[in-house]
Amino acid sequence: MCLGIPGQLKEFSDVHEHLARVDVAGVTRIINVGLLEEERLKTGDWVLIHVGFAMAKIDEEEAASALAALQSMGQAYEEELAAFGTSSTSGEGVR
Amino acid sequence: MKFVDEYRDPTAAKALVAQITALSGDDHFKFMEVCGGHTHTIYRHGIEHVLPANVELVHGPGCPVCVIPMGRVDDAIAVAREPGVIFTSFGDMMRVPGSEGNLLTAKAEGADVRFVYSPLDALKIAMETPERQVVFFAVGFETTAPSTALTLLQAKARAIPNFTVFSNHVTIVPPLRAILESPDLRLNGFLGPGHVSTVVGQRPYRFVPSEYGLPLVTAGFEPLDILHAISMLLTQIREGRCEVENQYTRVVREEGNPSALAILSEVFELRPHFEWRGLGFISQSGLRLRPEFAAFDAELKYRIPGVRVADPKACQCGEVLKGVIKPWECKVFGTACTPETPIGTCMVSSEGACAAYYNFGRMHREAAVTLGRRSQLAV
Repeated sequence: MCLGIPGQLKEFSDVHEHLARVDVAGVTRIINVGLLEEERLKTGDWVLIHVGFAMAKIDEEEAASALAALQSMGQAYEEELAAFGTSSTSGEGVR
Repeated sequence: MKFVDEYRDPTAAKALVAQITALSGDDHFKFMEVCGGHTHTIYRHGIEHVLPANVELVHGPGCPVCVIPMGRVDDAIAVAREPGVIFTSFGDMMRVPGSEGNLLTAKAEGADVRFVYSPLDALKIAMETPERQVVFFAVGFETTAPSTALTLLQAKARAIPNFTVFSNHVTIVPPLRAILESPDLRLNGFLGPGHVSTVVGQRPYRFVPSEYGLPLVTAGFEPLDILHAISMLLTQIREGRCEVENQYTRVVREEGNPSALAILSEVFELRPHFEWRGLGFISQSGLRLRPEFAAFDAELKYRIPGVRVADPKACQCGEVLKGVIKPWECKVFGTACTPETPIGTCMVSSEGACAAYYNFGRMHREAAVTLGRRSQLAV
């Protein structure tokens, strides 16, 4: 739960609802980017995701390092990513 | 992955360890890493065993699952058993023991307990099943609390009538203060939490140097980050400085995330007291919903038993969370208490010190003892 997962912004799927499509280790999901409004995010940017929300803007270098750190956690990472995959906020998201 | 190699470069690690060894000299230093993510990195990579013997790391209370007291798990199970309730929780919380079973056993006994990845998933279930009441079991420090807050703002804006939150959110500063006030522990400084600091920034930690005269360095999660932060702590001490410094500048900003902090204070207020596992009641350490969100507060909607339950006698999570003992010094570690059948919370979460040590650390330690590199480690 407390693990931050790095993802890359692919598109803003609903600007009003602050929803964006991100790529996380090859998996595409919808997340909420409302907590990073002041960052003026654009597609291609990397963010650290906590429980479906982008919590910090990061650079590509940090994203690679965070992902490797997660992968080294083995099972905990697998579980987190599997949970991320089941999130019902993916797909059409909460509207 | 060329980037990652930079954070795991053995030459850089050796250079940092040499620097740490030189800086520490003949003195003994004890630093606490506050965050469970750091604990995980330390055990995963055997950092304890590359450090000189006189630089000791102790593990702190920064694992949100680990600090939830048994009574609150019992409360959660009581709500989950209310007729018509769909009780939603992060996966980590499902196996945390209450006084009689956990959420998984409640589910097996007929309660509708569902695992969610995000509070937004819980809200979505509420919108799709208007005939049922959906409760979200909110836990976590300032890293996850803004997500719950934003979800509540959405629920309020849409006037969702069947969604409530059972808030167990906590804040990072009060337990640090409690540890600093504890007579059990003599620390020389802190490795500050990484991800919590992305939200709260660096300012809230200033009381550590100003009131307690100890340095704090916020650290990243790579092995080199930890070593670098330790060397920064020692440098401060040797130069006679005592400050809040940021090693994790590539993610953490001085001011944190102002939008997240604003949303937090819009939705939550501090409770007068909140009980922490092992640390007891700490004033102004827990977050509850503001009166404007009363309609979404599970504690107002349901009868919460609110019975305080003492930890099992054999369990020493409290001492582990305060850094007074190491996981392997607990009487039930690895025998009665394992990740498969946890007695205490520290063995449940992957960020818990006992689970991290059980999964990784003991191998490193056993290897180190066998090699005679750290004879003082031998039990």
